[in-house]
Amino acid sequence: MKKAIVILLLAVVGWALVDAFTHVKFGESRLGDLKNPNTVGAFYLQKTAPELSVANVVTAIVVNYRGFDTLGEVTVLFLAAAGLGSILYRRKEKGAHDTMILKNSSQLLQTGARLIFPAILVLGAYVFIHGHLTPGGGFQGGVIIATGFLLMFMAYKDYHVSHNILTWVESLAGVLFVTVGFWGLIFGGSFLKNTMGTGVLNDLLSGGVIPIVYIAVGFKVAAELTGVLETLLNFKIKK
Amino acid sequence: MVFNAIFLSILAVIIIASAIYAVAQKDLLYAVIATGVISLILSIYFFVMQAPDVALTEAAIGIALTTIIFVITVRNTSRREDEVPVTKEPDRGDEN
Repeated sequence: MKKAIVILLLAVVGWALVDAFTHVKFGESRLGDLKNPNTVGAFYLQKTAPELSVANVVTAIVVNYRGFDTLGEVTVLFLAAAGLGSILYRRKEKGAHDTMILKNSSQLLQTGARLIFPAILVLGAYVFIHGHLTPGGGFQGGVIIATGFLLMFMAYKDYHVSHNILTWVESLAGVLFVTVGFWGLIFGGSFLKNTMGTGVLNDLLSGGVIPIVYIAVGFKVAAELTGVLETLLNFKIKK
Repeated sequence: MVFNAIFLSILAVIIIASAIYAVAQKDLLYAVIATGVISLILSIYFFVMQAPDVALTEAAIGIALTTIIFVITVRNTSRREDEVPVTKEPDRGDEN
C-alpha cells in the first residue's frame, strides 16, 4: 500500500516535470538579438564589458547586478557554520585537543601534504583574486583553501587552526563586504552600487568593487569552512 | 563530434550506475565514495557544457568537502547500514 502511494506520487511528479520540460526548447538559442537586447541574458552579455570592464560575465552578475543575493548566500553559509559550531564546539582547557584522529598518517601523505599545501593556498587565492577575469570566484577559491587545510588536518594529528583567528578573519571579511555595500548606498544611491572607476577590460584592477567583494567573500568562505572542518574533526564520540 | 557524444554517453552511464550503487550499497563508506564519483562526473559535464564556474564549485564542494564531511560522519556513527547505530550519548563533559 505504502509503495503504491509512493509510486503514484512519483508518477505525478514525473508527469509534471515531463509536461514542464516539453515546453523548453533545448538546443535553441533563446538569447534573442545581442545588439538590441530584449532578454535578460542578452542584456547582461551586452552591457557587462562596456559598463563594468569585467571579462567574466558570471562574476559581474553574481557580485554586481545581483550583489545583494550574494550577501544573502554568504549569510546562509555563515549561519550554517555557526549552527554547526554551536552544536559541536566545546571549549577545552588551554592546549588540550580532543581529536578523533588518533595517530599520524603515513610518511608519504605527510611529506606530500607539506609539499602541496602552499600550492593549494596559492591556487585558491588566485581563483578568488582573478574572479572577475577567469572562471571561479570567492566561493570556489575559499573552498579550495579549505581543502588545503583539510589535507593538513588529515596528514598531521596535531595540526590545529586557532578558532580565534578564524573568527577574526571571517568577521572582518563580512564587515568589509557590508562596508562596500554601504559605501555604494552613501555615494551611489543604492546598496552595493559600483561607485569606483571600472578600469580597463582584462586588467587585474578592473571592475570597480568586484575584486574587493570577491576577496572578502573568499576569506570569509575559507575561514568558515576551515572552522567547520576543524570542529568536525575535533568532535569525538566515546565508543 | 561523434567522439564527444560517445564520451558523454559513457559518462552518463557511469553517473547513473554510481547513483544506483550509492543507494544499493550497504557499506556506507563505499556509498559516500560513489556520491563523490557522481560529483566528479557532474563537474566534467558542467565543464563540457561551458559552465566552468559551476564546474569549479562542483569540483571543490562536491568532490572534496561533502565527501569528507560524510566520511567523518560515517566514521563517527556506524559504517554499515544494517548495523545498530551508536546509541551512546556524545561526550559532553558533565552530563550523565
